[in-house]
Amino acid sequence: MKISREDVLKVAALANLELSDTEVDTFRGHLDDILTYIDKLNEVDTTGIEPLTQVVAATADDSSLREDVIVRADVITEVLRGAPDPEAPYFRVPRVIEK
Amino acid sequence: MSAPATWTIPEVRSALDTRKISARELVEEFYGRIEQRNPELNIFLALSPERAYAQADKIDAAIAAGDALPSMAGVPIAVKDIISTRGIPTTCGSRILEGYRPAYDATAVTRLESAGAIVLGKTNCDEFAMGSSNENSAYGPVRNPVAPDYVPGGSSGGSAAAVAANLAVAALGTDTGGSIRQPGSFTGVPALNPSYGRVSRYGLIAYASSLDRIGPLTRTVRDAATVMSVIAGRDSRDSTSVSVPVPDYTTSLGRSLHGLRIGIPDDYFGEGIDPDVRKKVEAGIALLEKLGCRRVSIRMPNTEYAVAAYYIIATAEASSNLARYDGVRYGPRVQGATLIEMYQKTRGRGFGAEVKRRIVLGTYVLSAGYYDAYYLKGQKVRTLIARDFREAFEKVDAIVGPTSPVPAFRLGERTANPLQMYLADIYTVTGSLAGVPGISVPSGKTSAGLPVGLQIYGPAFGEERVLQMAHGFEQAGGQEL
Repeated sequence: MKISREDVLKVAALANLELSDTEVDTFRGHLDDILTYIDKLNEVDTTGIEPLTQVVAATADDSSLREDVIVRADVITEVLRGAPDPEAPYFRVPRVIEK
Repeated sequence: MSAPATWTIPEVRSALDTRKISARELVEEFYGRIEQRNPELNIFLALSPERAYAQADKIDAAIAAGDALPSMAGVPIAVKDIISTRGIPTTCGSRILEGYRPAYDATAVTRLESAGAIVLGKTNCDEFAMGSSNENSAYGPVRNPVAPDYVPGGSSGGSAAAVAANLAVAALGTDTGGSIRQPGSFTGVPALNPSYGRVSRYGLIAYASSLDRIGPLTRTVRDAATVMSVIAGRDSRDSTSVSVPVPDYTTSLGRSLHGLRIGIPDDYFGEGIDPDVRKKVEAGIALLEKLGCRRVSIRMPNTEYAVAAYYIIATAEASSNLARYDGVRYGPRVQGATLIEMYQKTRGRGFGAEVKRRIVLGTYVLSAGYYDAYYLKGQKVRTLIARDFREAFEKVDAIVGPTSPVPAFRLGERTANPLQMYLADIYTVTGSLAGVPGISVPSGKTSAGLPVGLQIYGPAFGEERVLQMAHGFEQAGGQEL
């Protein structure tokens, strides 16, 4: 077994994700299958191979840097309209600091 | 005159130019069809009639004034619901973004509208583009217009189905591991995944940033070339978009394919490929040879590791990208006693099963103690897969094979086993990891009448050649093989 119920719970906590008991069990099974399959990569000799993080740098000139110019966005009203608990110009959240 | 809903971009343009129809009437025609077909097919999640008619009236006024019209003037299009559209609901197929209306447009949408295209609405997709069947949408699956008991593929299933069902002339999809090409293959429409960096990702809601791309699904390869000429190019709002010059992709169409070398990887015809798919793809390769292409046998030895590398990298990036959905700035919030509890509950109820599974997997492969064994290993294997492509393109002009090892399957048939579903992404994830362009073109049908897709890969920024070949294939009757 590659992954235990406790591992799933631990990872879900790291991801701030609430899972039901049924989800923990089914995900554990699925992840076990997937991680076992992924072990296939151990067949590949990657000694001295650099990791590829971004294909663009490898395929084109890297002319992506530009001047840092301030541009007004003026979207506060529009953005807050979609927020679950807005109090302009802020987003309100449960209390995090004790009085 | 054929029915307006079946028109290609040049047909729309000529009907408008000769005043056979106005842009407004054309939009009415499409909304009429959508009203009729959408309850069954579940393709559109939101319609944008106000914006569509305003744009149509602008085009009609320009026609009346005798102004020169841009390349997509009056062309009704559909946009995948993971691409931002200002003021129009954009949910990514997720409950966690229910009611969200972006404050800005994606660059691809801005460019299409500047070229005269008319956005009809937003198409259904697998939640956050995670899936290969559209069954992971929180708003129910899309049905395949070719065979309604079958899936349309995913994740851009709604965009593919919109074109296949004649509910839009063209559509934008997104592709991370095959999400444009595979639904194109399942529904029988041309579908292009451009090179990474070719089309701005600004406004594309991120799943896996090093892999995500925007591209067209259209009625013809020529239409895909027209859309590409509009949406491709450097955008200062996406630092990974590149300044490689953008040609008019339609000019190379119709050029002879004589003497082009097509690489056929043995590795793309291994176990797991459906016999009908193999037969039709081989017939497709024979057709390309008849058109003058020279067949070259090649090896892509790291193909069998692509799915494993892909699901490490994509889920790792997803776990980070999806951290932003926490009930603070958008979407519904589930109350909790503490801030953390509010996050956990909001995410637990807002995300569907597949998204949660990938967040857990992605968080796991990035967590302390596993990073080197999984994430770093996956990235190194990615280097080898990109090298397979680079070395192949030293010998051939294009790589040809199936888009998917299987045709469309029945709704519900494959949902129980996620790993089996992942394994069918084999021919598309390779090109995703390498960053190269790939197009799926219809290549006949299975004995059950389901479309088969032939995939043509080109080197990075080789869209022109890929489109030229796909166009030649289509014109020679590829669809009817």
